[in-house]
Amino acid sequence: MSNTACECNASARACFLSGLRAGVPIGLGYLSVSFAFGITAVSRGIPSLIVMLISMTNLTSAGQLAGVELMVLGCSIGELLLSQCVINLRYALMGLSLAQKADPSVRLRDRFLIAFGITDEVFAVSVSQPGLVGRYYLFGLIAAPYLGWSVGTLLGTIAGDLLPQSVLSALGIAIYGMFVAIVIPPAKKSRAIAAVLAIAVGLSCAFRYLPYLKEVSSGFVIIVCALAAAVIGALAAPIDDSAAPLPEEEEVRK
Amino acid sequence: MNTYPMLFLYTLSMACVTYLIRMLPFVLLRRPIRNRFIRSFLYYVPYAVLGAMTFPAILYATSGVLSAVIGLLTAVLLSFLGKGLLTVSISACAAVYAVEWVCTFF
Repeated sequence: MSNTACECNASARACFLSGLRAGVPIGLGYLSVSFAFGITAVSRGIPSLIVMLISMTNLTSAGQLAGVELMVLGCSIGELLLSQCVINLRYALMGLSLAQKADPSVRLRDRFLIAFGITDEVFAVSVSQPGLVGRYYLFGLIAAPYLGWSVGTLLGTIAGDLLPQSVLSALGIAIYGMFVAIVIPPAKKSRAIAAVLAIAVGLSCAFRYLPYLKEVSSGFVIIVCALAAAVIGALAAPIDDSAAPLPEEEEVRK
Repeated sequence: MNTYPMLFLYTLSMACVTYLIRMLPFVLLRRPIRNRFIRSFLYYVPYAVLGAMTFPAILYATSGVLSAVIGLLTAVLLSFLGKGLLTVSISACAAVYAVEWVCTFF
């Protein structure tokens, strides 16, 4: 049925394992990030149990960090919700994009489950797959990041000196190394993708270094940069149907 | 001030809004989009998001900008050579570790 990205027209197990393998580098990257989050949250006076609960129910770095800051300040629930909306709005874009990438094996009830695991990295790996992705691949892909995020937070709350700083520092680049590996090959082939990348990077640098612009919160910066660069790309170089076939057509062709 | 029930309430509200943001578009939009502009836009979104998230953030992902730059260059070079995600990622980590280890001698 799902002759898709994981090259697994065979078993659900093979699909799941294929997704799991792709998720391991994400999980490893999350270990160090959530570890840092755990240490930070506990040092702000949030009990370990709550810190763990935050990680296991939210699964988002920027949102959680901002959430903890606001909790410590004792802000209103409304303010907390608004900040989460802005910081996490990019997941709505990703969900929209991923909805087009899921093959017919992904049923409605699967979507409720998979939606919980949509993170920047999970999304990036899913959309970098050729063709469509099936539900077992997605389940596998989400497993390691979720585990990494939870375990990392746990370790962070338990001890800040479990891993030497040198290892933590090196692990810090793991996620970004993966991003580079995802975007470079398509950018090599397509000048339009390379241009969109360059615009996004340029805007993101502007928000980082220019006065006034650098005051904007990081979650919002990603939304603005992504919207602007993708809109420019879509206006200047609209894709033809061969570049991103409709799910149905893809299914028929194979 | 921050009692357990209050912290629990904060956590739960955060989790709910974050889940809704992820779930609604993914669940509601199940039919293929045919509009060419929207399809082009969605086609470029991942590259735009990743580009914006990676640079310049990658420069501050390690203990120092120098090791981060070496890690970035390692990742870019290996990606150009067509290496896979795990290879690129681990090599970048190794490069950072090596640079920072060497730097301890100076």
